[in-house]
Amino acid sequence: MPQRNDASLVTPRDAYECTRLANLHPASWNNPKPAGPYELVIVGAGPAGLVAAETAAALGAKVALIERHLIGGTCLNTGCVPSKSIIRTSRLYAEMADATRYGAQIPDAIRVDFAATMERVRRIRTHLSGSESIRRLAAAGVDVFFGHARFVGVNALMVDDAKLSFKKALIATGARPHVPSIPGLKEAGFLTNEKIFDLTELPRRLLVIGGGPIGCELAQAFCRLGAQTTIVQDKPFFLPMEERDAAQILSDAFARDGIEVRLNTKALGVRVEAGQKLVDLISDDYRNTIAVDAILTGVGRAPNVEGLNLEAAGVDYEAGNGVRVDDFLRTSNPHIYAAGDICLEHQYGHTAAASARIVVRNALFRGRERWSALIIPWCTFTDPEIAHVGLYVREANRQGIPVKTFTIPMHDIDRAVADSEETGFVKIHVKEGTDRILGATIVARHAGDMINEITLAMVAGIGLRTLARVIHAYDTQAEAIVKAAHACNRMHPKPTTKRQQLKP
Amino acid sequence: MTQIPLLEDETLLDRLQHAAFDYFLHTVNPDNGLVADTSRDDSPVSIAVVGFALSAYTVAVERGWMKRAAAIQRCLAALRFFRDSDQSGSSTATGFKGFYYHFLDIRTGARVWRSELSMVDTALLIAGALTASSYFVADSRDEIELRELVEFLYRRIDWRWAQDDADTIRQGWKPECGFLHYGWEGYSEAILLYALALASPTYPIARDCYKAWTATYQWENLYGYEFLYAGPLFTHQFSHAWIDFRGIRDRFMREKRSDYFENSRRAVYIQREYAMRNPHEFAGYDENCWGLTACDGPSDERPDMSNETRHLFGYAARGVPYGPDDGTVSAPSVLASLPFAPELVLPAVRNLIARYPETFSEECFASGFNPTLVDKNGRAWVSAGHYGLDQGIVLMMIENHRSQLIWRLMRACPYIRNGLHRAGFRGGWMRRSTRDGAR
Repeated sequence: MPQRNDASLVTPRDAYECTRLANLHPASWNNPKPAGPYELVIVGAGPAGLVAAETAAALGAKVALIERHLIGGTCLNTGCVPSKSIIRTSRLYAEMADATRYGAQIPDAIRVDFAATMERVRRIRTHLSGSESIRRLAAAGVDVFFGHARFVGVNALMVDDAKLSFKKALIATGARPHVPSIPGLKEAGFLTNEKIFDLTELPRRLLVIGGGPIGCELAQAFCRLGAQTTIVQDKPFFLPMEERDAAQILSDAFARDGIEVRLNTKALGVRVEAGQKLVDLISDDYRNTIAVDAILTGVGRAPNVEGLNLEAAGVDYEAGNGVRVDDFLRTSNPHIYAAGDICLEHQYGHTAAASARIVVRNALFRGRERWSALIIPWCTFTDPEIAHVGLYVREANRQGIPVKTFTIPMHDIDRAVADSEETGFVKIHVKEGTDRILGATIVARHAGDMINEITLAMVAGIGLRTLARVIHAYDTQAEAIVKAAHACNRMHPKPTTKRQQLKP
Repeated sequence: MTQIPLLEDETLLDRLQHAAFDYFLHTVNPDNGLVADTSRDDSPVSIAVVGFALSAYTVAVERGWMKRAAAIQRCLAALRFFRDSDQSGSSTATGFKGFYYHFLDIRTGARVWRSELSMVDTALLIAGALTASSYFVADSRDEIELRELVEFLYRRIDWRWAQDDADTIRQGWKPECGFLHYGWEGYSEAILLYALALASPTYPIARDCYKAWTATYQWENLYGYEFLYAGPLFTHQFSHAWIDFRGIRDRFMREKRSDYFENSRRAVYIQREYAMRNPHEFAGYDENCWGLTACDGPSDERPDMSNETRHLFGYAARGVPYGPDDGTVSAPSVLASLPFAPELVLPAVRNLIARYPETFSEECFASGFNPTLVDKNGRAWVSAGHYGLDQGIVLMMIENHRSQLIWRLMRACPYIRNGLHRAGFRGGWMRRSTRDGAR
């Protein structure tokens, strides 16, 4: 258990960790001799950088990839992969504790083995690191450099003492957790997603500051693993971007899990007394203090623009908003592009990868692909999951697009009932008078998987009525999408369909 | 009581409506006209309940349950109190900027429970005051004073301040922390608030404010019904207690070829449909036992509920279809749906009285009851006493169903008409002149 400064946490050096480091940043690695000018130099080996490097190299480009820490970036090392791993274990414990719901006996003594949970996290992370290893990159013909990159001109940068010249460059340095300016927080010590997966002991009492995706996912996971968890959010709802009903369902789910939910609440200050962290909270005019053993902050992310000497390259940026790009993901230097968290509003692994593919096509093949043309789904992996794609109703209303929403509660879906997973809904928004899908929100146990069908329909220009013709295997929760499609058909039958129905 | 479900419709409704009115007789402080939030001991005043009371007096006079002079004195007592109340906005004042704190001490009128300065509850109070001023139109000294008081109170409200430079009106304000973070998002009972705020001759909000609010609406197809979504039933009722939405449409409803009255009718059908589906398998729910709304319910914070494994929400805004739903339903919300769907409401009301007599005392329904939580005698958990909001909405909606008295009065109220007009409402009774609109 970290006692003083949580920043001192280090990942346990077990066999898994040694293998991961060997895959992602081997101690014996020697940077190659720069072979310039490169057709594409990529700064940052996270999801965006890796996709760009592998894609460009596969297409025959001469590529250099620079990473200052670990290949894989946030997604593999401190983000999606470890969080999904711990969420899965926590879900299992939650189901054990709720076994009677499924007609099963609650095991006599449910004892959370937190060390085993975290060992599994490390094992899975290490296993998946194999597919992103430096060996694979080298085999693909990518020149991999470890070190700090610093631009020294409009078409050159330094990696430590080595100078790399380029025809095109991609900045993909990602983002890091934003640390809220709460008096006493740094002195008391706190966790972020970068450190929490290094824990070896479960905090008895955990305070999560921030009700965004990271805060919500980890608050629920740690609560289910046995931590007495409080989550504070300075807004009236969790996940402020999402639909209000979705956020309300999540609040209710948190309450069922036993999370103490403090909405509309801010942390004013932190101090340490008798080995525990005392956090002063305020909600409107109500003040109180809670005592916890660990604090996790999840209040957004800050782009990694520092130290790159972007000024020398003529790349515009803002410390809080990252690198400024146009719709083609080109920076103010026409030879330099950006992708991933460094420049995007939606910071997910899949958006980083998608943006990297656009950059490769636009930078190396004179493409004109626009970021705004993409249809991007996302998902918050709480239980239930909350997934979204396309427009929200409020966005459509602001744009003057009349919207109709077809809503199917999950309690109307046989499989959801059979699974005792009837909390949630599928809402598909179409343009009024048509079946053109504008967007969708799904709240369901497997919403992240279900949203992909809607995304496919939107990308392919398939209307909601057409989805009614797609036979879905019974009994699946995706039947909710078909039911929405049938509801759309009933409300707006095609003329031909009507005539056909009238035939004897 | 056992005969009540067997009464003819008109007789049944008269009995229920009269009993609802008795709430206001029993819980009023005649010295200042303030009315208690509930019939429980030491209940504070809810300013919204005072608004319902001011409307209820007109009904009582019309139906012969109260002398006109007595009703006027009740109204005057309340209106004079609010005129003279402490408007400093201090922590123990009665109001600020023409608005009033949600809960007040029934003797002194001072703020209690550290409650918020409530925009929507002030609107409900003023709607009641406007009802009284629309009804008591004689040239007697008292009735002239009554109308002047209402005018004064309405003109004093600074609706623009309540917008706090935001797109929509804020929900509340406290002296300790300023405006609450909540704004109005999604369809709700706030349509009355916006109509009054738009029509103010002194501090009107801009039309954009209403447009910004309606931009948060969600038009949904649920259970085969298309409607403007709002979960709790009361959100489909409260504005309708005063405003006759039949046939008048704002831009949103014109686009949807519907109106807010029809929308509430569909909301009632959806509530019933939800109860028939009963996704959480609660006891009692069926085609004649429904009504999820803001109401009192069992709370798992109570010692006698400590063994209850389900989450219980106490007084909460329950809604359909996403909840929260802990098995608690509100019979008053069913009865208050009468104008929209009498074909569903009357059978349900008779059923509730017959099946759950424990929820029906003094010929009034309790705020909420929970048939899933039963005592050793098999009786459902029942909220203690009665709530003024429940009795007020029941009384007014029965009246609107029977005679449309409140709707007729408010159709002729210039402020309501102007507010609706500024919000973009057209058609129906709004085509007619003010005087004709009252027919």
